[in-house]
Amino acid sequence: MLRYISWLIIAVLILPIAGGMILIIPPAFGYLPLLGGDAISLEPWQRLWHTPGISRSIGVSFGTGLATTALALIVVFAFLATFSPTRFDRWVNRLMSPLLSVPHAAAAFGFAFLIAPSGLLLRGFSPWLTGFERPPDIMVVNDPFGLSLIAGLAIKEIPFLLLVSLAALPQLNAQQKVMLARSLGYHPRIAWLKVVAPGLYRLVRLPVYAVLAFATSTVDVAMILGPNLPSTLSVQVVQWFNDPDLSYRFLAAAGALLQLLVTGMTLVTWWALELTVARLFHAWIRRGGRRGGDRLIRVTGRSGMVMAISLSGLGLLALFVNSVAGFWRFPSSWPANFTLSHWLAALPTIERPLVTTLVVAGLAASIAMLLVLAALEQEQRQNKPATRALCLLYLPLLIPQVGFLSGITVLSEMAGYGPSLLVVVWGHLLFVLPYIYLTLSESYRQLDPRWAWIARSLGSSQAGIFWRIRVPLLLRPMLMAFALGVAISASQYLPTQLLGGGRIVTITTEAVALSSGGDRRLIGVWGLVQAMVPLLGFLFAMLIPKLLWRRRKGMQRA
Amino acid sequence: MKAFILAIGLALSTQTFAQTGISENWNGIVEEAKGQIVYFNAWGGESRTNNYIRWAAEQVEDLYGIKLVHVKLSDTSEAVSRVIAEQQAGNTTKGAVDLIWINGENFATLKRAGLLHGPWVGKLPNFPLTDPENNPEMTTDFTVPVEGYEAPWSKAQVVFYYDKSLTENPPTSMSELLKWAKTNPGEFSYPKPPQFLGTTFLKQALLELSDNRDALYKPVEEANFEEVTAPLWSFLDALHPYLWRSGRTFPDNGPALRRMMADGVLSLAFSFNPNEAASAIANSELPPTVRTYVLNGGTIGNVSFLAIPFNASHKAGAMVVANFLMSPEAQAHKQNPENWGSITVLAMDKLSSEDRARFDALPIPVGGVATQGLQQVVGELHPSWIEALERAWQERYMAH
Repeated sequence: MLRYISWLIIAVLILPIAGGMILIIPPAFGYLPLLGGDAISLEPWQRLWHTPGISRSIGVSFGTGLATTALALIVVFAFLATFSPTRFDRWVNRLMSPLLSVPHAAAAFGFAFLIAPSGLLLRGFSPWLTGFERPPDIMVVNDPFGLSLIAGLAIKEIPFLLLVSLAALPQLNAQQKVMLARSLGYHPRIAWLKVVAPGLYRLVRLPVYAVLAFATSTVDVAMILGPNLPSTLSVQVVQWFNDPDLSYRFLAAAGALLQLLVTGMTLVTWWALELTVARLFHAWIRRGGRRGGDRLIRVTGRSGMVMAISLSGLGLLALFVNSVAGFWRFPSSWPANFTLSHWLAALPTIERPLVTTLVVAGLAASIAMLLVLAALEQEQRQNKPATRALCLLYLPLLIPQVGFLSGITVLSEMAGYGPSLLVVVWGHLLFVLPYIYLTLSESYRQLDPRWAWIARSLGSSQAGIFWRIRVPLLLRPMLMAFALGVAISASQYLPTQLLGGGRIVTITTEAVALSSGGDRRLIGVWGLVQAMVPLLGFLFAMLIPKLLWRRRKGMQRA
Repeated sequence: MKAFILAIGLALSTQTFAQTGISENWNGIVEEAKGQIVYFNAWGGESRTNNYIRWAAEQVEDLYGIKLVHVKLSDTSEAVSRVIAEQQAGNTTKGAVDLIWINGENFATLKRAGLLHGPWVGKLPNFPLTDPENNPEMTTDFTVPVEGYEAPWSKAQVVFYYDKSLTENPPTSMSELLKWAKTNPGEFSYPKPPQFLGTTFLKQALLELSDNRDALYKPVEEANFEEVTAPLWSFLDALHPYLWRSGRTFPDNGPALRRMMADGVLSLAFSFNPNEAASAIANSELPPTVRTYVLNGGTIGNVSFLAIPFNASHKAGAMVVANFLMSPEAQAHKQNPENWGSITVLAMDKLSSEDRARFDALPIPVGGVATQGLQQVVGELHPSWIEALERAWQERYMAH
């Protein structure tokens, strides 16, 4: 059974995605008889080409992806170079999971309200310092170059990259390497960058690619923060899919394929950049400089991280204040009056979606966990890496959602599965499984194999080794991966709405529907509720090992 | 025996595909509807709307034993996509969508593609209360004949609202708007077409500026588009430099306009719901200094409807719900600004004096506009203009 696990995973995940994508190809070439397209043509592509501002849309999507990833990566690596177990750094470490649990759209909304000309920051300084009685007419959010989009995305991706880097670091013997380099006279930050960073980058490469693909194709964040004259390509595609004029579906299908192409191009560009940077890096290492840039790295790491955390934190605060605000107009720094009415009005409608969210997330994360553990366990027992085909696992993270989800809906209907909870769970699995695999696999592989050998020599069976050695030792990363899976599932909108036919109501579908009404207070309430589920997950993931191992000192660090 | 009945049922339902086994007389429909679960796909962006639908669900449960489930959409097209996907996959009887809140372009496309069930509206006992003979808006949707494929639900009309603490004399026509914007730069904007409210602004301006109104009510192909729309573009070219952000970016939708009014970014905005500003004031979202009014030459008004997809699983239930939503009780509850404030489709002179009293008793809220003030309704253009206007707008104002 275990032997076929990789193939099982691929069948569950990849086939539907491939199917969904194939279904989008005919309409992209004008073929969808239902909507009157009964001949193959290049018309949708010509129309796409003649769409006003299309090159600009492509450019912004492309640039945003690269810039966001580069920014997040630089801040995370500079911070890690400076990282030492001081109180500040432990604090940062602890803040990562909560920041990660805020859904993208809610975080983007908080960020927008923070930096907008009528936003919290400027309110803090107006009118006493700035003299503004009315919000100034300057373009901060939705700027044409996507700068606020890049910033908004980066502050969400920094916690993610930091978390995966911290998970991967232990297998690099970073401390010993840095010590060795320091004994050769290298300053600590330089030492880290020169001896640890290259190895670390190799380990976190896939998550970096996932960030890159996400930033290029995000829809909800780009809608809130991105430029809109024209919008990014992904936003345009979704709007075409949503256009009441059904002839736009052809354009949308072609656009979805183009989006795929753009994401692919971004990945290739990044890969080319990798080569260039690697060459420069080599030259820099060979030059043997001991201290040049040490300060710069420290300042970049610290200030970048502080900025990211405080912007996220203030954004959350902005959400919270809005959720209890009465009338609140610029330039007041605080609402004229506070009220609980938005929360009280929402409470009775929270329970059912909350239960559904927990059930769906619990099921999706559990199934994903089972499959991933089975695959990893098989790898350990075979003592050779899993089939290369398992790389396909990351496909759902690299392909823009709009590209295949509508096709998958048609597929599930064809297979006779109407909207149901299980279909939604399966849809979530497509995204939960890769993330769980991503976060768990490195810890699993790096576990010292000698533990298993010892157990083996004492006559323990494979199952015994799994249950009595690996599970206890890996409990913390397993729970973390599970919590991340819950967080990913809880934040899914498109798969839930499309595959659930709108009948499976989760916190996120509710929040997205309500945010289309634009009432900031409701967005605040639901954004916080939305963050609560993942937060609880991360909290349990941290507490359970503490409780279980409270009498076992040696396990405290496991 | 059971199998036999089932077989006959199946045979009948495939035969009369358009009306899968739905009984012709109303009592039969009500009987059939009992115990059905009706999935009502309606935009769920506003708590007032959601609360109203929740109220309606309680009512139909008590009155008809129907369980009404509100499927909250962020965009009506989500339901349209669902129906298309089901049709693509050959699901012709067990659709997930029973009832859709719809109008205009969405209706026109679904109807044209044969994805709607009907005609069924003639069967509803409450339909005559809308006085369809004398109210063409009940039987045409954006000039497209309804032909019994959707039941009227709500009326909407473009209204402008302004904050009198920020601006004193709001413009009462498009040409005045241009003058007003020049003296109040950066304080007005409209949502970016193809968002429907943004497109509505284009249509409203075109109606006032064009000297060939008749052409706007016929398919766009029959008109000389360049010539008819030339005044619109010169108006917009003149207006844009004085808009919010000098017209270099546009808000996403109506709620974004309202939010900017709340922040004092804008001092003038517009909406399709005459009571939007009033309920936002009641909700302490907008300041009590906001006032609503209608342009002098009248403004575009339309009706939104309820439609049933061709493959809906619970057609009888959907019809009973649509009929209930059209009842004087439900309509008065809906028009009450304390609940929702959405204008009724019923014709007052068709109602009993008792039912009329329900409407007369409704309060006029602070910042709202009295129903009598909404007399000058201008009809929606032919839907083909929407696409043409949106495309022309994008070609002109989207960065290249």
